[in-house]
Amino acid sequence: MISAFMQKKYLQFVALLVIFILLYQTIGPAENNLLWRLPPLIQAFPLWINDSISYMMFEWWPIDIYDPDIEEYEESPLVREFTRLVSGLILFLIELIREIMLGGAKTIVTFAGWDWATANPWAKMPGLPWTVIAGGATILGYTLGGRGLALFVGLSMTYISVFGQWEPAMQTLSFVLVAAPVSVFIGLVFGIWAFRSKTVETVLNPLLNMAQIIPHFSYLIPVMVFFGIGDHAGAIATVIFATPPMVRLTLLGLKKLGPEVAESGMMSGCNNWQLLTKVLVPTARRDILIGVNQVIMQCLAMVVLASLIGAKGLGIDLLIALNRLDIGAATEIGICIVLIAIILDRMSLAWANKQTDYFPDQSFSGRHKYSLIFAVLFVVALGLAFVGQFIFPEGFNYLYIVPHNKGISIAIFLQSGVDWIWDTYFFALKGFNEWLIISFLMPVKAAYLGMPVIATFTLMMGVGLIVGGIRVALTVGGFLLFIALTKWWDRALITAYLMSVSVLVSGIIGITLGTLCAQNAKSTRFILTYCDTFQTFPSFIYLIPVMMLFGITDTAVVIAIIVYASIPALRYTVEGLLSVPDTLQDAGTMAGVNRVQRWLSIELPMSFPHIALGLNQTVVFALSMVIIGAMIGTDDLGQLILGSLSDRNGVGNGLILGICVACIGLAIDQILRTWANQRKQALGLN
Amino acid sequence: MSLQNATSPSNEPVIRCESVYKIFGDNAESLLKKANGAVDAAKFKEAGCIVGVNNASFEIHEGELLIIMGLSGSGKSTLLRCISRLTDATAGKIIIEGDDILTMNNKQLIELRRNKMGMVFQNFALLPHKTVLENIAFPLQVKGMSTSDSIDRAMEMVNLVDLTGREDYYPRQLSGGQQQRVGIARSLAIEPDIWFLDEPFSALDPLIRKEMQDEFLRLQSTLHKTIMFVTHDFDEALRLADRIAIMKDGVIEQLDTPANIVLNPATEYVRKFTEEVPREKVLKIEAVMDAVNADVSLGELSVNANTIIEDVAESILNSNAPVRVIDDEGQTVGSITAAKIVHVLFGDHSINLSETTS
Repeated sequence: MISAFMQKKYLQFVALLVIFILLYQTIGPAENNLLWRLPPLIQAFPLWINDSISYMMFEWWPIDIYDPDIEEYEESPLVREFTRLVSGLILFLIELIREIMLGGAKTIVTFAGWDWATANPWAKMPGLPWTVIAGGATILGYTLGGRGLALFVGLSMTYISVFGQWEPAMQTLSFVLVAAPVSVFIGLVFGIWAFRSKTVETVLNPLLNMAQIIPHFSYLIPVMVFFGIGDHAGAIATVIFATPPMVRLTLLGLKKLGPEVAESGMMSGCNNWQLLTKVLVPTARRDILIGVNQVIMQCLAMVVLASLIGAKGLGIDLLIALNRLDIGAATEIGICIVLIAIILDRMSLAWANKQTDYFPDQSFSGRHKYSLIFAVLFVVALGLAFVGQFIFPEGFNYLYIVPHNKGISIAIFLQSGVDWIWDTYFFALKGFNEWLIISFLMPVKAAYLGMPVIATFTLMMGVGLIVGGIRVALTVGGFLLFIALTKWWDRALITAYLMSVSVLVSGIIGITLGTLCAQNAKSTRFILTYCDTFQTFPSFIYLIPVMMLFGITDTAVVIAIIVYASIPALRYTVEGLLSVPDTLQDAGTMAGVNRVQRWLSIELPMSFPHIALGLNQTVVFALSMVIIGAMIGTDDLGQLILGSLSDRNGVGNGLILGICVACIGLAIDQILRTWANQRKQALGLN
Repeated sequence: MSLQNATSPSNEPVIRCESVYKIFGDNAESLLKKANGAVDAAKFKEAGCIVGVNNASFEIHEGELLIIMGLSGSGKSTLLRCISRLTDATAGKIIIEGDDILTMNNKQLIELRRNKMGMVFQNFALLPHKTVLENIAFPLQVKGMSTSDSIDRAMEMVNLVDLTGREDYYPRQLSGGQQQRVGIARSLAIEPDIWFLDEPFSALDPLIRKEMQDEFLRLQSTLHKTIMFVTHDFDEALRLADRIAIMKDGVIEQLDTPANIVLNPATEYVRKFTEEVPREKVLKIEAVMDAVNADVSLGELSVNANTIIEDVAESILNSNAPVRVIDDEGQTVGSITAAKIVHVLFGDHSINLSETTS
């Protein structure tokens, strides 16, 4: 009897469900009942964090700093001087790149001082005409990815220019062009360090897991405290967010090499440095460049959020447009962000996949073909810009730059389109919206909030126990306990409700659609392209259409999450099904399975571990979107994090809230990953 | 082709191993000390350790080609890596030209590898971002040689391994056999005294493998390197080796010339290997010939004592009289009859050949 129970997992799940329901029914809300809610024992944590940070910033380790204005030495804390130095450096780099692209005087001011610059108004960086940058990018696109990519890059750049978004777009780009290389460098260093030392790897691993699941918002707050507000702060927050995947992929790439490569380097007589720079890193080139691609994508995902702490560019414009509910303008800007994202994604991928080939007997012009074309383009574009001065009225030299918001705009048409949709489908949309909120979302939310803490723990730890044994159960319990002991358990339940509802729907959509599309090669290709494209969209973009249709409601958030989070579910399902070995398919065919049998008895079990990992990603995507949903008004943890952003003492709260969100994600991650790994082992897929 | 002649045994061996052990596992060293030299693989496994090399002692002389033969997991590659110190041996002495490499520091080791050692790998291990020429020049550049000098030298190597015209190709544009030629050229670029080859031809197709073996013999006949060559292919070992070391579970079961291994297998394990070997393809005439005997009248035909039996079997079988066996100087060193050849070809393999000859 007992042994039968121990073997049949579904019986255990049924028993768990029964216990859960019993607990849920018997324990009601009560002020002091520990089974209902745990006391907020660690609510002093945030204060403690605030105190230590302000101590570090304003008191710890004072050093003497010479102040040229008052010509005297002044005491200033070390950390503050350090962060000032970093801020200054990064800001300088951003301004430099920005002025190469747009022109300006700040770079010169940095070297010569304000007085000199004011006295000599001619001393300015001239800035390149947009045609040079657009043309250059097109040529680069051609060398990396051929005609198709070049065409796409050229058209996109022209769109950005013609629609009068060139200036903010270049501001955004300059900030990405600083943040991305810094992330790549830091990621490379840590990745290599982790490769060389097992200890570093073990220490880094949980930190990386945590860093990738803590919501973007939470990074913004401490960065703001340490580095202030502005482009540099945005860049630094972006670097923190974008570095983990680089570390991961560097480590992965180096590990994949196998021992022979390193051995061949050693037998060639390399010392450690030569081995690293001449053998290991170049051989792992592709994975490392995929890491670069990931970094760039993360940078663009942060573009909008970084504008919350003062980064200039498209992000802040988008934020303003959305706040005014100006869907037309928001769409235009959104398209620009998406285009830049796709351009950078495709170019960096093409770079990663590019392999040099040997062509015999090339002449000088043959070898430097592209540089020569660029030089010609440069001269011609400058000439055109010069001529343009005389054709166009003052300040409107379109051959130099299309001034901000002075280009073509289709915002009015878009807006009237939105208005038309509203006028025509007002009742349908409103009806659906109200129905969903009143008869589905509200009851589910109430059910989550009415869950006694002991029931939540029993359910989650029980699943952990059944799936992975006592260790997993305890880990899951630990994550939950952290949240339960803060004062935000109820808020966390709301986050969990939004997340789980969306993950459920996304999962079903992803797996069904993925399975259907994997049935033939054409639709498989289509769906993978869809995933590739939509994955590059910064998550913020998804809010634009849903706000347009459903306004500021939970419906809008849930639908945005579903669309966004179904991408990994889709992708992993398709890839999982494709990874079923051909011989196994042939064996099935020879055994005479029909379509459904094939799916149920071969494809689904074989691809299950892969799909489980996809669901894991779905959870991560959903969580990040739930938090961003705060921008359009939810009342969960995300809203509190957004609130701490404008709170003088918000660091502690923001960090602990962020960790709470991460704990939700990590608890589920623990269960799903263990499950997937067990299935993998059972199927011998490792 | 006569490899035996290339071997000129001098007094001091190039490589000398004394009781080398390699044991993988956390407390390998303490366990080894406790075992006091008598390592039992099964017992060590219980303690969580895996025995890679178990008490290996041997010498390799200048110009000698020693083949380490064994099935996968026998410890042959581990032994090679101990001697090149790609892994650190747990105990023992490995003396190369008078110095114990186990006591060398990193700097000395790099010096040694830059000037005295070359190695060829099973999966080529070429640098994918460098051209053929750059790959070959790599060990030279690492050493600090100027770009133009190293490229000149690399070009010589390209010609040596018959890749002329492909020097600017990237490794992935080459076939497996060509890639391994690059690997060979790279390992020889610094003109090493000691040449390690770790299953260099195992990843190649059978036809290419044969071609590469011929190429290898051609190179060795002009270069006379001291070679340690690892393979799991017994035919390859018999074809190339001056001496063969057969390994099983980390232990060297027998270390001897190919002829002796085939004729006098030391253990049951070695005998199993040699059972199916076509002896006419392995043995040289001198291993089966009769001593010089004035009473026997010899025919017109004469064969070299170093010839593989198979190559001359037909002519010996067709001659009516016993055939004269001569050495390289043309001196008569023995004779051989058709009956003996028939015995080698079709006789009972279980009977020891050298005994039946007496």
